Amino acid sequence: MAVTTAALSAQEVRQTSWKGDTRVVWGAVLLVPYVLVFLVFVAFPVLYGFWLGRDPEIYRQLFQDPTFKTAFVNTILFLLIAVNLKFVLALGLSGFFANQRPWIRFVLVLFILPWAIPSIPTILSFRFMLNGEFGVINSELFRWFQIEGPGWLTHPTLAFACSIFVHIWKALPFWTLILLTARLAIPVELYEAASVDGASKFQQFRFITWPAIATLYVTSTILSMIWTLGDFNSVYLLTGGGPGDQTHVLATLGIRYLRIDKLPLGIASIIVAMPLVLPMVYIMVRRLSAEEKSRERQST
Amino acid sequence: MKNWFDDAKLILVAIPVLLWTLVPIYHLFVLSISNQQAMMDGKLWPSAPTLQNYAIVLQQKHYYLTNFWKQFATSFGVAIATGVLTLLIATFAAFAISRLRASGGKFIMNLALATYLIPAAFLAVPMYKTMGIYGLLDTRAALVMAMVALASPYAIWVLKQASDKLPIELDEAAIVDGASVPQLFKLIYLPMMAPSMVAIGIYALLLAWNEYLYAFLLISDEKDVPLAVALGNFLGADDSPWNLLMASGLIYALPPAVIYYTFRKHMVSGLTAGAVKS
Repeated sequence: MAVTTAALSAQEVRQTSWKGDTRVVWGAVLLVPYVLVFLVFVAFPVLYGFWLGRDPEIYRQLFQDPTFKTAFVNTILFLLIAVNLKFVLALGLSGFFANQRPWIRFVLVLFILPWAIPSIPTILSFRFMLNGEFGVINSELFRWFQIEGPGWLTHPTLAFACSIFVHIWKALPFWTLILLTARLAIPVELYEAASVDGASKFQQFRFITWPAIATLYVTSTILSMIWTLGDFNSVYLLTGGGPGDQTHVLATLGIRYLRIDKLPLGIASIIVAMPLVLPMVYIMVRRLSAEEKSRERQST
Repeated sequence: MKNWFDDAKLILVAIPVLLWTLVPIYHLFVLSISNQQAMMDGKLWPSAPTLQNYAIVLQQKHYYLTNFWKQFATSFGVAIATGVLTLLIATFAAFAISRLRASGGKFIMNLALATYLIPAAFLAVPMYKTMGIYGLLDTRAALVMAMVALASPYAIWVLKQASDKLPIELDEAAIVDGASVPQLFKLIYLPMMAPSMVAIGIYALLLAWNEYLYAFLLISDEKDVPLAVALGNFLGADDSPWNLLMASGLIYALPPAVIYYTFRKHMVSGLTAGAVKS
């Protein structure tokens, strides 16, 4: 009798998982808070939004609204210009910051500021600088070159260009850091060997740096496209969509319709953006889960 | 000689980079120490720099600033509540998915990832309508819950990846010693996860502190808005006291900057790891 008890407890002791359903039950219980938050504050609003946008008539109204057409074209232009410019700059600057010198590390600390501080004060600072009458830019232009500067924010094209500029100013440090991290992970020996073999700086970039960071560059570009599409602050706080509603993008248009009491149009403008957003989200979810899987394989 | 030449080339890059980065921030600072007259001169350095603006802001001695400290407290409270709730929800979820291999975990991860990727600006209008249905409009709870919903997907993503790296033998050893699930969570899991949790807590905190769009949609009463919305409200008129706006803006920007630079190591390794890692 004593022997069997001892054998049993020894068997119990060796168990490396809990008895019965403990694991399953706790797993479900601990997921409840997030699932609740998701259902109540994400899933329901999304479904409710689609339900509000079920009437085909509002889409006809939307497509007839000239502001919508402008905003749609603006969104495409904003994406193309801002994302490409940002990444070319980030790629170049990550090369600059990859030079390991103490003073460059200090420059990097300052360079991160636009990303580290909230966007509202800095965008408003831009707004005042760009003011045509008493902004510092036009004042200095006049003082040094006797040029009457343009009304940066009262001219639609200029105002739009300025919001792209502000967007890049804000987002550049983050992407530069990401690309810098990738560059620093490349073994220095590769460059040393290449330069012994007489490879030029361009060849080193073309055959060492670029192959090592290409995947990350593409992933980052898609991610940045999605976030750029959703950039509300750079446009809304700088131009307010003006002058004359000429600088709206899809991210600000929904709010604009809401403010002038045309909620259905606001919903419709968001739903219309979905064919642009969802494919990118789908690609990114696939990419990120695939990367995670390959990491899991590596670790096992 | 070669080295000196390289440095010179690098400095030629550094100068425009620093100008690009610092001019708007410098301008923010200059306006904040300018009086009403100097502000309109558009000079690079004000003729009579003054700290008067800060005194006015801190003592709430202006029409636009009557609720400054209340709004500061609101921002602070919303940020803390968002940070704590996000951390709680996301840590539970990451523990369940990664360590307990909860069924449906993969599906929930993908849902969370998709939520993280969809731009928040597109969710704002439906969220606003939904909060109306729930009767939460004009409450701070609405803003906190919206921010938790936006912050937790990324939090779960990062925490799950971090906890996948913990060796499974650790759990097994604890279970052999007779640890229950709560004991495993509290005594083994939490201490090991602390560094990632610091990064994620700060991420959620800063997200809420910096948020403008949701704050101004969900809360409209001047007395209840967070600081971000109060700053935006300055824009109402062309004759707005921009120097006061910039002084309060700098005060508003200070806590995130301090937090960011204090926890820089945590932030960069913790956050970039999950954001995009090849």
